Amino acid sequence: MADFLLQFLLALDASFRLATPLILCAMAGIFAERSGVVDISLEGKLLTGAFIAAAVTAMSGSPWLGLFAAMIGSMCMSLLHGFSTITHKGDQVVSGVAINILAAGLTIIIGIALFRTGGQTPLLDNADRFRPIILPGVELMNNVPVIGTIYREFISGHSMLTYLALAIVPLSFFILYRTSFGLRLRAVGELPEAVDSAGISVYWLRYRALMIGGLLCGIAGAYLSISSGANFIRDMSAGKGFIALAAVIFGNWRPWKALFSCLLFGFLEAATSRLQGVDLPLIGEIPVTFMLAIPYIVTVLLLAGFIGRPSPPAAIGVPYDK
Amino acid sequence: MAKETNTTRGPSAARLALELSGVSKSFGPVQANKDIDLSVAAGTIHGIIGENGAGKSTLMNILYGLHRADSGTMKIDGSLTKIRSSADAITAGIGMVHQHFMLVPRFTVLENVMLGSEGGFVLREGRDATIARLAELGENYGLHVDPHALIADLNVGTRQRVEILKALKGGAKILILDEPTGVLTPQETEQLFEILKVLRADGVTVLLITHKLDEIMAITDNVSIMRAGEMVGHCETAKTNPQELAELMVGRKVLLEVDKGTSKPADTRLSVSGLNLWSDRGHQVLNDVSFDVRAGEIFGIAGVSGNGQSELLEVLGGMLPVGGGRINFLGQTIDSAYKINPAALRGLGMGHIPEDRHEHGLVLDFEAQENMVLGYHNTPLAGAGRLMQGRAITAHCQAQMDTYDVRPANPKLHARNFSGGNQQKIVIAREMFADPKVLLVGQPTRGVDVGAIEFIHNQLIALRDRGCAIVLVSVELDEVMSLADRIMVMNDGRNMGIVDASKTDANALGLMMAGVAA
Amino acid sequence: MKSYGLPHWAEIYLLPAVNLLMALIVCGIVIALIGENPIEALVVMIKGAFVFKGSLGFTLYYTTNFIFTGLAVATAFHALMFNIGGEGQAYLGGLGAALAAFLFGPHLSPVIVIPLVVASTAAFGALWALIPGYLQAYRGSHIVITTIMFNFLAASLMVWLLAGPLMQAGQQSPQTPILPESAHIAKFSEVFGVAKSPLNFSFFIALLSLVAFWVLIWKTRLGYEIRATGKNPDAAKYAGINVPRVIMITMIIAGAFAGMMATNEIMGVHNRAILNFTNGFGFTGIAVALMGRNHPFGILLAALLFGALFQGGVELDFEFQSITREMVLLIQGMVILFSGALAYMMAPILARVLRTLGVIKGEAHG
Repeated sequence: MADFLLQFLLALDASFRLATPLILCAMAGIFAERSGVVDISLEGKLLTGAFIAAAVTAMSGSPWLGLFAAMIGSMCMSLLHGFSTITHKGDQVVSGVAINILAAGLTIIIGIALFRTGGQTPLLDNADRFRPIILPGVELMNNVPVIGTIYREFISGHSMLTYLALAIVPLSFFILYRTSFGLRLRAVGELPEAVDSAGISVYWLRYRALMIGGLLCGIAGAYLSISSGANFIRDMSAGKGFIALAAVIFGNWRPWKALFSCLLFGFLEAATSRLQGVDLPLIGEIPVTFMLAIPYIVTVLLLAGFIGRPSPPAAIGVPYDK
Repeated sequence: MAKETNTTRGPSAARLALELSGVSKSFGPVQANKDIDLSVAAGTIHGIIGENGAGKSTLMNILYGLHRADSGTMKIDGSLTKIRSSADAITAGIGMVHQHFMLVPRFTVLENVMLGSEGGFVLREGRDATIARLAELGENYGLHVDPHALIADLNVGTRQRVEILKALKGGAKILILDEPTGVLTPQETEQLFEILKVLRADGVTVLLITHKLDEIMAITDNVSIMRAGEMVGHCETAKTNPQELAELMVGRKVLLEVDKGTSKPADTRLSVSGLNLWSDRGHQVLNDVSFDVRAGEIFGIAGVSGNGQSELLEVLGGMLPVGGGRINFLGQTIDSAYKINPAALRGLGMGHIPEDRHEHGLVLDFEAQENMVLGYHNTPLAGAGRLMQGRAITAHCQAQMDTYDVRPANPKLHARNFSGGNQQKIVIAREMFADPKVLLVGQPTRGVDVGAIEFIHNQLIALRDRGCAIVLVSVELDEVMSLADRIMVMNDGRNMGIVDASKTDANALGLMMAGVAA
Repeated sequence: MKSYGLPHWAEIYLLPAVNLLMALIVCGIVIALIGENPIEALVVMIKGAFVFKGSLGFTLYYTTNFIFTGLAVATAFHALMFNIGGEGQAYLGGLGAALAAFLFGPHLSPVIVIPLVVASTAAFGALWALIPGYLQAYRGSHIVITTIMFNFLAASLMVWLLAGPLMQAGQQSPQTPILPESAHIAKFSEVFGVAKSPLNFSFFIALLSLVAFWVLIWKTRLGYEIRATGKNPDAAKYAGINVPRVIMITMIIAGAFAGMMATNEIMGVHNRAILNFTNGFGFTGIAVALMGRNHPFGILLAALLFGALFQGGVELDFEFQSITREMVLLIQGMVILFSGALAYMMAPILARVLRTLGVIKGEAHG
């Protein structure tokens, strides 16, 4: 029993680690899409953030500087997205595709130009990374049965960025639903004309939403390359941006539900690596590729209205033209 | 251009809330407003009347900062004011109730009202004050609305109240209402006018934009008339009459009677019995509608916009499935069990001139010649063989353009580049060429210039005399009265009665439109 | 669509050329920033794409892929749909090639087998586009998201198949055995004795597809319905066009084009289904369609350009320390940005220039 609890906790623990970049990107996606801008460029911004964090940390030796640079870098990608879709009213999907491809190309080109190691960045020392934090009191709690184990294995021992990601969810909820900025942001994704006629700039609101998204994607990228990983590897985002997008949709464009979706998708990934080749009683061997495909399948099913009813922002994807 | 000053008698004695002079605005080659002058006395209800496309909405959008004028000046309360955005307008004390409501359906009344003036970064800070303000306004003007209700759950009349509340909340002294009654029932219109009177008594200046003469006569103190982008007259409402206003609007004696001769109705082509339809939200939009249309007659359908006429046309045209009841079209029964699509109906001899030619009648980014075969692209018109033949399509279009006097007569020009009247002629040419047994016509002259209106009316009568059964829907009562042989009036999805056009008048029809059965 | 006062010819020919130029200039700036000479890089790429022995064959081999994937995107664009799923549809086309080849190949003559296998690539690609098409048409799911998800699903499915049921016995790498000879498409080098390259007769299938696409879109009644649906679905519905059906058929055709990319990669080059043979070519199709303005001639030119870029990009690896073939990704991204999202950014400027030069007359509109 104790062993099962431990196994379960370890899987849950891994879910949180794997879900961290998803959560941050999903919140970024919620801000962008709630303001009416389709954001399939989460993937590209995540990749950009990962590269810049690793590169700047490697050169400066400061993960904080790396994190900061990643946030700025991803935000620049957001500004590019805004420039083409808000200012020039270009197609939001086309712009997103362009940013994803640009990020894939630029990270490698600049990486090679800077470090000449085939597109990777140098390995960082542990001291230069955001390592897991052991929360105070783990020793003390150790003696308490069950709760002590939970505290040690599950609550304690995550990267600062994981705790940050979890804190950003209620913060996002607060901003979106409890502040005037959030009210305007949600309104601009539903009926931009109403916002315009209330005397508020539609463009500036959407730019700000995208910029917030950029900052969050930058943090997510930093998590990949200087927290859970120790350097940047080409294509290291590996579709996580799209899974985050799936989580946004599966979470019906709401922060808490999106968090739940990210944790679910993270758990699936964590479980997959544990169940590889394992024969379960009654079920047999789990087809691992199938489990990894679940986020995509549920998203398709949800969008098709087979499970629940998606309610995307009404004005999403439509450039605002006065 | 010289103004028709014979009726001008500016309210110069009173304090002016608003004064425009020399305001012009162009959109590309189209001049929407030409050198507009307008003076509005404080504390009055001032009507601005004109046909669709006369430039009323553009002028109001300039006032509210949604468009920027190319030239001209604006004085508010006597002082020169520049309005570059709606934020400026709000600051200057101007509030606007838009034709298409600026309300987020998924938000509550409170959220919609707070939007833009939340009273602090955290919403809670301004919440109670806004609720109190709503209660106060509700008390003063009889505008009671539940602040926590979702907009999506409210009916049109209540939504309009929310729009008015939004405009008044910040203390607007000038309230612009753009075609506010188009979506209202007569009762709701009555209530709206009561509210406007209270506002006037309270010192608010009201600008009422409309194309309906009776509303101008019923509520305004002064009226300004616009035609083709120009201000063509200002009058005191008490000193004018509808006939005079109509002439100013249209720019010539209004021919309320079209010389249509007598109809010779023959066999029944279209028979509707007990037709019902429900909207997605469960509202009954057609309620037990029955009528027959015979060959060689124009069957007019009158009613305030939004009383089921549009939906009726869509059901008859196969765009919406029958909810209940039956349609018999040339012996073919269509009901909820037997669905029919527009293509099949066309094949049977149904023509359709939709109400909205931009959205439904034309593909604006297609060439005129491609539009000329839209819906008939599977017939030999578009080429005899399996492939479409450009040459045949061009020749057909050229011939039709000559017959219907479409200008410019260039088949390769994109539909977008024709004027409203010529676009409509393309649609009409297309639908008439097929020589339909039944023709559905929606708003045939909306946004069409005067010359084209006459042409289109004559074409419809000629088609009738060739033995076509025509169903005509128009929100312009005059148009229905002058064209139709028999008139059905609709109210709230119901048939209020069918009358002979020669044996009725606007008064009787108006009563029926207001829901009083014949 | 706004023309910004540009005459038709300028909008059709000049503006896309200016957009391409902008994309290339920005890429040149990036090259200069990382300390290399953009002109030198361009020369190396041109040599690598056209001059070196066999290079033209490689260029045309890439071109073949891009014609197919460009058509997959362009077809959907005409019905106002963004098909990002070319990658997955092409991947499934590879499955179609393998299955049909193993089914028919051993027993029949190539004259019968090759058409069957080609049809199978198209059918499998079409199948993978049909589902998103159906969901868009009848369930209201957004085609962009669904096709993205279907790319990932295709990847998962192929990993499972190639590492499982279809894997060559006694091998460790995830790939099928060599396809039966009768399903191989001959290479130019084998038939004509030209320099060795992967270029094969599927190039002609691609050219035929371009012609078929032109006839379909501008000459057939279905094409008319597709364009009407794309430009105004409501008016199309009023005209009696069955819009959901047109959407589905459009996606089926788009998917079939994408799937036929496997005639080049699987039947012509690898002669077996392998992991990741699509290599991002499906995404390049987006750039090709945007640059080619969804017109077959434009697509041919754009496909040639990207074929040259891909082949020339390989040469960069050898000649430069800091520039690698990833430069192609950069150019691709820039082309999508400037020809797609920012397509009309240059239009007002261009109109002003033309007016100053006196090429066009009149006032600015809009």
